[in-house]
Amino acid sequence: MHGKTLKTLLGGAVLMAVLLLAGFAAPQWLLFTATKAIGYGIVALGIVVLMRGGVVSFGQGMVYCAGAYAAGLIAANWGLTDALVLLTIGGVTGIVIGAVVGPLIARYRGIFFAMLTVALSMVLYGVLVKMNQIGGSDGFNVPEPTFFGWPPDRDSADLALYCTAIVVAGVTAMLCRVYFDSMAGLMSRAVRENELRVEYLGTSVHRTMVLNFVVAAGFGGVGGALNGMALGHVDPLFSFWTTSGEFVFVAILAGPYSVAAVFVASIILELVRSFSNLYFPETWQLVLGAFLLAVILFLPEGIGSLWAKGRIIAPRTPRDDVTRSRAAEDRSTGGSRVATATRAARPTAKEPQA
Amino acid sequence: MDYLLTILVDGVVYASWLFIVALGLTLVFGVLRILNIAHGSFYALGAYAAASAVALSNGLGLPPALSLLAMLIASIAVAIAVAPFLERVVLRLFYGRDEVLILLVTYAVFLMLEDITKLIWGVTPYYVFEPRGLFGNVEVGSLFYVGYDLMLIVLAVVCGLAVWFGLNRTIIGKVVLAVIHNREISAAMGVNVARVYVLAFFIGVLLAALAGAYTAPLISVQPGISVSVIILSFAVVIIGGLGSIPGAAIGALIVGIARAAAVYELPEAEIFIVYLVMATVLVFRPEGLFQRAQVRKI
Amino acid sequence: MNASPARAPRSAPSPAVPVLEARNLNKSFGAVSAAADISIEFATGSKVSLIGANGAGKTTFVNMVTGYLKPDSGAILLDGVDVTKKKPRAMTHLGVCRSFQIPQLCEPMTSVENMLVSFGASGRRFSLFRPCGSEGSEDEARAMLDRFGLTQYADRVVAELPGGVRKLLDIAMAMVRKPKVLLLDEPTSGVSAEEKFPLMDTVMAALAHEDVTVLFVEHDLDIVTRYSDRIVAFYAGKIIADDRPDEVLSDDAVQKYVTGGAR
Repeated sequence: MHGKTLKTLLGGAVLMAVLLLAGFAAPQWLLFTATKAIGYGIVALGIVVLMRGGVVSFGQGMVYCAGAYAAGLIAANWGLTDALVLLTIGGVTGIVIGAVVGPLIARYRGIFFAMLTVALSMVLYGVLVKMNQIGGSDGFNVPEPTFFGWPPDRDSADLALYCTAIVVAGVTAMLCRVYFDSMAGLMSRAVRENELRVEYLGTSVHRTMVLNFVVAAGFGGVGGALNGMALGHVDPLFSFWTTSGEFVFVAILAGPYSVAAVFVASIILELVRSFSNLYFPETWQLVLGAFLLAVILFLPEGIGSLWAKGRIIAPRTPRDDVTRSRAAEDRSTGGSRVATATRAARPTAKEPQA
Repeated sequence: MDYLLTILVDGVVYASWLFIVALGLTLVFGVLRILNIAHGSFYALGAYAAASAVALSNGLGLPPALSLLAMLIASIAVAIAVAPFLERVVLRLFYGRDEVLILLVTYAVFLMLEDITKLIWGVTPYYVFEPRGLFGNVEVGSLFYVGYDLMLIVLAVVCGLAVWFGLNRTIIGKVVLAVIHNREISAAMGVNVARVYVLAFFIGVLLAALAGAYTAPLISVQPGISVSVIILSFAVVIIGGLGSIPGAAIGALIVGIARAAAVYELPEAEIFIVYLVMATVLVFRPEGLFQRAQVRKI
Repeated sequence: MNASPARAPRSAPSPAVPVLEARNLNKSFGAVSAAADISIEFATGSKVSLIGANGAGKTTFVNMVTGYLKPDSGAILLDGVDVTKKKPRAMTHLGVCRSFQIPQLCEPMTSVENMLVSFGASGRRFSLFRPCGSEGSEDEARAMLDRFGLTQYADRVVAELPGGVRKLLDIAMAMVRKPKVLLLDEPTSGVSAEEKFPLMDTVMAALAHEDVTVLFVEHDLDIVTRYSDRIVAFYAGKIIADDRPDEVLSDDAVQKYVTGGAR
């Protein structure tokens, strides 16, 4: 295994362990908020995958909702309540939808891609609102999940789901990091920058787009299933465009470079939401909007750009520092120090691990 | 026959106010290259302002007919209050950014305007029935329609013609067209592009507010109306082709009639028929009905 | 399909079969004919320049050969096989690569990252899981940059590189697949006069050990004379001369319609 991959996995494992331990010390409300934020984060991570390929989906609510409904329906009707099974069902649902829809919309870009994804999610919303057998616009309740056959009591339920969320998100994030760092991930970025060139170099832009879309849809489904369990309830609003807007908000706040930033951004959103609900319940959207404007204005590449840059290959030539900002490199400590002797012995500002 | 006529008239009435909203949206996109999510909020602001204006007009004991004028003044007031500030102070900061990022900026503005609207007018619904009775009932075929509703069709035609005439038959309009065609060259030729932007944005807001004001008597004015309107008008301009005025007209008619047909024929589909139509159009005409794909030169 | 076409020994075509052939190509844009019954053959290893005034049909020819434009009628053959309906991606897989008049690069990335994109796209290094730049692919990318004299620009963002460097990088990216046929669309346009010859020297030196047929669209007659062994002159979508450089440049029609009698 390559050193970079190893480091991703090690870093991810350590971070997961710390967060799991922290979960035992955290108060109940924080566990619930964190679990919900993780669900949001996984969905938003899918948007980051798409963003790196040059498109933004305003309709991730569709797969989020589909994943939540699929898991919820199976839990409610078949009595299959194991958390991991339900998360898998959510993910598979997302992937299937992605595989069907992806090839159809992979040729659209920019606003058209955004609007088509909105349209599709709103179609699902419209259908669900009218389906009274499964609750119509009220949705339905999702039974308490079990964990490998263990039905947790009321006090440990939040903690158990939180731990599951951490593990699922950790694995997702690590896989994502490995994908971003891979040659396939590089091709995705190349598609964003210059599709014509990529085709002329012999790689299918369409295939890359579909791959990204399917990955994003899978993430959306997992996030939906998780939040369905966390909230104990699903309804058509999961697919409403304002829900999708919040996912895009998290993705933009995080920026395209760091996987960890997605979850940080998601936590920030949830905390802002909680505090707004508490202190200014009437103006929470005002706060959110102002916050979004400020981020786009002052941190156009997201909070991830505070500690990660888009550089892929460490510089070897001495002239490099003319064009790259020193500040970024000074900040970075997590870069690859295993440089060969010929490399400038300087840490690099590449994307750190999740 | 009556049945079809019902669907048709309902669809056209629906299309008429939708067209006015979409006209503003497509004009702003054509000039500023911004697909404005906050456009729905301008519609809502127009509706709320009209509700207040009509109430005020009635409160002062003015003749009922004057409430129509009050609604017009309310729309203009909204445009004056909102447009210059938003365009010159807020949106200007983001020009030149990626189009999807600007879409998000307008999303942020939309979120903020939602709460601002609630702060001003609260969350209880407003009802403005009075103006709807002004034109009595009109017989179409063997059916009776509220005259006010049919007046909306006239208003839509007037707005469409006014914008078309303004663009094609006035000097200012020609300048705006020049900016639409090529911003850089227009600027180099001495066009004050900033002024054109403010003007176009102002007219865009005005159109949305007008549509909101004059549909206020048909609906209950309450939080959430902006959301449904923005998605509908997006569908209209996407179907017609972004930046195209005839496209907006055709798109509005398609959406309006499709929705009316769904209401009568397949009520379950009412909510999503519009998106289905839009998705279908995009599959066959990726740039919309009235736009052509540009071939890239290499 | 992309399983290292370059590494496998090429099935040596019989000398009679040209590597690239166009038969009766026609293409018009509205009333303008950009290709009128063009038939031409290119022998393996030849260095051919395509000259002609703007709008004479050179770039249209290149775009048709690489699959970007579909001819209205006629056929394109690669090693005697019909490839007329292939898309650019398929043509690349078959060994027809090109550079661009306006270099097509990933602007915010560095030169070496751009080169890695090219290696990644060539399929040999494509992987969902292996980090890019690992297992020698970065070394390979840097070696290719070195061959085109770009080492000192390797870690710089391409958006801020000078025109000549961008042109070279564009060509280097096209060479990663070791194509059979390389088409260069105006390699020296937008490059200052004193840089033109060094640039072409670098390109030709880098290609010297490759078994590649080079077609280049070019306006500069000094470049054309010096670097090609054959010139094809276009005028109004037709080929009006096709011969050794000195013959073509002294041709009356060429002097009248292409070079303007300047020489």
